[in-house]
Amino acid sequence: MTVAGKINTLHFGILLFLLACFFILPAYHVGALSRIMVLAIYAIGLNILFGYTGLLSLGHAMFFAAGMYGLGLSIKFLGVSVIPAFGIGILSAAVLSVLVGLLALRTVGVSFMIVTLMFAQTIYLVVLYFGEYTRGDEGFVLQQAERMLLNFDVTTEAGRYFVAFGAFSICLISFAALVQSSFGKRLVAIRENEERARMLGYDVWRYKLLAVIISGTVSGVAGALYALLFGYVGATFASVQYSILPLLWVLLGGAGKTIGPLIGVAFMFYLIDASSAYTSAYMLIAGLALVILTMFAPRGIAGILQAKVWPWLP
Amino acid sequence: MDFGPHLMLATLEGTVIASILVLTAMGLSIVFGVMRVVNVAHGEFFMLGAVLAWYVSKMLGGHPAIGFAAALVIAPLVVGLIAAVSDQLILKRINYDPDRTIVGTIGILFIIQQTTLMTFGPEARPVEAPFNQRLALPWFEFSEGGLQMIWPWGLSITSYKLFVIFAALTVLLALWLFLTRTKIGLIMRATQQDSETAKAFGVPVGTVYSCVFGLGAALAALGAVLVVPIQQAHYLMGADPLLMAFTVVIIGGLGSLPGTVIAAFLIGMSDGIISVFFSPTLAQIIATFLVAMILVFRPQGLMGKAET
Repeated sequence: MTVAGKINTLHFGILLFLLACFFILPAYHVGALSRIMVLAIYAIGLNILFGYTGLLSLGHAMFFAAGMYGLGLSIKFLGVSVIPAFGIGILSAAVLSVLVGLLALRTVGVSFMIVTLMFAQTIYLVVLYFGEYTRGDEGFVLQQAERMLLNFDVTTEAGRYFVAFGAFSICLISFAALVQSSFGKRLVAIRENEERARMLGYDVWRYKLLAVIISGTVSGVAGALYALLFGYVGATFASVQYSILPLLWVLLGGAGKTIGPLIGVAFMFYLIDASSAYTSAYMLIAGLALVILTMFAPRGIAGILQAKVWPWLP
Repeated sequence: MDFGPHLMLATLEGTVIASILVLTAMGLSIVFGVMRVVNVAHGEFFMLGAVLAWYVSKMLGGHPAIGFAAALVIAPLVVGLIAAVSDQLILKRINYDPDRTIVGTIGILFIIQQTTLMTFGPEARPVEAPFNQRLALPWFEFSEGGLQMIWPWGLSITSYKLFVIFAALTVLLALWLFLTRTKIGLIMRATQQDSETAKAFGVPVGTVYSCVFGLGAALAALGAVLVVPIQQAHYLMGADPLLMAFTVVIIGGLGSLPGTVIAAFLIGMSDGIISVFFSPTLAQIIATFLVAMILVFRPQGLMGKAET
């Protein structure tokens, strides 16, 4: 089989497996998996920027929150139906990522991380400041009646699973296509050696900006989906913790690998799920995982798979 | 209160904030300057200092001054030791690679924070100040009878807050003397300038790194011991100092110690003044956004050299 054939087989195999899970697994895990798939879209968003372009953003929660509040607030206050609200959510994230990209890309390295962190902090504080509308940390709930996708009820277990599955499939397949395209290869070239990419005549700044916009918008899609499927919008999702978590997922699964985000989210979800039975300080597990990963497996689970089993892993 | 006395009060509060901030930021700045790594766990070393101060003063009992004085020595030492050990165990093994260090220190952040949550608990706990007299402050005003001295109601500062300002200045002076007048300081500066050459001259760079990392954390812990009688010890208290210290180090220019001091006073003062006159959240929004914009348009900071 050609390499491209193997890659396609792997991706479709994963999607088939996820589809089968709905019929095999008990209800609890089906619910968990729909959450995992939505969060994996978020991780895919960060992976485009961090894993493929080599830009480490510590503020991706602002894009997730833009999508989430774009959808949530427009449903709550404008009374629009789900599809236009979803469009507003994505548009908010896209506009925010253009602005952040234009400003933050003037900096490099450590400064870029801190600028994104501070922009995200600003957004988080803005959400708290307008607590009258956003209900701050407490958040607000979207009612079942407000969450009808045309005539399709997304609040049932099956509805939620299939919407999450559909969105995740689209994201994974287009993400894989993006990575294989010449555009994706140029991003990797920038990650590997920015100077050389520039010397070869590529407009590095433009590609980085596009990477920020795509990455931020995909994260916004995840935020809007999360609000739609789980019916809750809260400031926690804009906090620093939700900027760190996708980084953890991507690193754990494998930065710069198409299947990394899903593996990372699933692994971390079940790790925390298992440990929260014993302690309320479950973020301790996240901390230990980060330290151990960065020390012993900086390329994540997919990186290990690539080294040991599938050298062609994209 | 009139505008004048109000502004003076805000300035005094700002100076207290700046004094704590300058110690925390110096710790971060020294670590960045010598080791070229960003320590995201710095805020947790600050928090650990405050929590240890509570434990020490609780265990010793007696007059609050005894516990406080003991905490002033013990907390920075213990925190510095913990930092030096984590440097040896973790950072040294990942070769101080910038990206991996950030990830590793985020890990350390969660480990320290959550371990504190499991042992110290989620409550905020106060430490009693060693002394806390309220000192009224005068204000001068022109009226019909010429210059008059009045004592506006509410214009006062506690003796403890004055002590904090004084203590921070002393520590800064001591730090400056240590870095410029002692052999260890010389070795640190040599490592900062060129770690390869320093190594060739027989400087044990690995040990120096551990000491610097420990010193940075100890400075944060010292700041926390000073702040804990004003602000209670809590397991989540590390986030704000971290963000503020980051801001200061960036505005001052990465790795520039004089820049750090100037920026700490600028930011501490403006934070104090803005939050007296505006809502604290709004003040934070404006401050955070402005700092991000400074980073965007003047990435070398106020005192740093422009990168070529």
